[in-house]
Amino acid sequence: MSDPHSTRLVVNGRESTLSLDPAVTLLDALRDDLDLTGTKKGCDHGQCGACTVLVNGRRINSCLSLAVMHDGDQITTIEGIGQPGALHPMQAAFIRHDGFQCGFCTPGQICSSIAVLDEIRRQVPSHATRDLLAIGISDDELRERMSGNLCRCGAYPNIIEALRDVGEGHP
Amino acid sequence: MRQFTYQRATSVEEAVAAVRAVPGARFIAGGTNLLDLMKLHVETPAHLVDVNRLGLDRIETTPEGGLRIGALVRNADLAAHAAVRRDYALLSRAIAAGASGQLRNKASTAGNLLQRTRCPYFYDRAMACNKRVPGSGCAALDGHSHNLAILGASAHCIATHPSDMAVAMRALDASVETVDADGAARTIPIAALYLPPGDTPQLETSLRPAELITAVTLPPPIGGIHLYRKVRDRASYAFATVSVALVANVTDGGLSASRLAFGGLAPAPWRSEAAEHIPGGASAADLADAVLAGARPTAHNAYKLALVRRTLAASMAQALDIHSEGART
Repeated sequence: MSDPHSTRLVVNGRESTLSLDPAVTLLDALRDDLDLTGTKKGCDHGQCGACTVLVNGRRINSCLSLAVMHDGDQITTIEGIGQPGALHPMQAAFIRHDGFQCGFCTPGQICSSIAVLDEIRRQVPSHATRDLLAIGISDDELRERMSGNLCRCGAYPNIIEALRDVGEGHP
Repeated sequence: MRQFTYQRATSVEEAVAAVRAVPGARFIAGGTNLLDLMKLHVETPAHLVDVNRLGLDRIETTPEGGLRIGALVRNADLAAHAAVRRDYALLSRAIAAGASGQLRNKASTAGNLLQRTRCPYFYDRAMACNKRVPGSGCAALDGHSHNLAILGASAHCIATHPSDMAVAMRALDASVETVDADGAARTIPIAALYLPPGDTPQLETSLRPAELITAVTLPPPIGGIHLYRKVRDRASYAFATVSVALVANVTDGGLSASRLAFGGLAPAPWRSEAAEHIPGGASAADLADAVLAGARPTAHNAYKLALVRRTLAASMAQALDIHSEGART
């Protein structure tokens, strides 16, 4: 252990101050220190997207970020997106469209999906963007933007359906 | 990860002084590449100096009419910036062609330029790699080299530079602003940032120890038709086998490449000024001949010679289509 660092994280609106070794990733702090095990560890190298969370509203791979670097940040995990009985529209759409099978990648898929729609609203381009000055929703755009989230069950078509539904305002 | 200590710098001066003072210290920005390599013990810094909160996250117009991009501007924010999408479309396109949405939200402008090669032998500590362990040899030379360099490499290293963004920056004549360990500022043209591997492939840039990139500047917009065409082993989220950054001008005399650079071919973003000097209306084959002069492929990556020709031809055809539609990108 190196000298622990006092780190204040605001996770799903609740403030926690943790004493952390600098080598602890945000992912491990969420799972092991805060018992928020909804966020999953898949590859641990930023390739699968299972660990995707929102930091100050932006999606990142929590496995490729040190918790001590997030002092004061607002973090939203799947537990803060919605709960049984009070689902986020994206969660409801994943259920409606059968956007998962085993469910392991689903927390990351849902966090990423919510961020994707926000990125399109903010006119962040993707590799599928045709007109850089008028960026909208299309299946090509959604597929490209979700390429950082792998699903071994192959629920991709239904995930895109769910995204499209919410993106077009039919929650 | 190996054990390390951590500090968050609150000023550029504090950051460079800290990296100079502690042996084995490194800056950390987005961390998306460095932490990956630390988990594999390819990188083993003793101390990390966090440069995320130095206020280097703004994009400003320069007095000359160009852009000054703070070193910590995230890749996604740079690609989305209104002036970049309008006037430097090549840069938006190249950034969007790389990595995933999550990584582009975290990776920084300077970190993207300084990311390490994805050569499999650099990553595998059981294999010889002159870049990872100077003098140990290069297992790639007789190994699996299908996505390694055909231009600008050496007998000691055939690794490629993995960045898409850097290819656009090279084509657009970006410069890098730095502050060194003594607090002195300087500006390095991106053409002089990357060192050829020679017999010292572990030395990748002309940055001095503890020198910190603070900004990347772009000259005023150059107009033209901007496109970035990337070929890879799958449709998304993969490194280029070949990518073409083209700024084209189309006149009655035909298409000329006012800027032409390539990714996936060389140890650095690979600009072909020889091809840019060819008069308008020349064929893609003529331009490709100029690009590929001096190419030295391996048995595994000789396919890139044909792929460069075809991708360049497709890019030029695409530019003519864009022109006929009256568009810019």
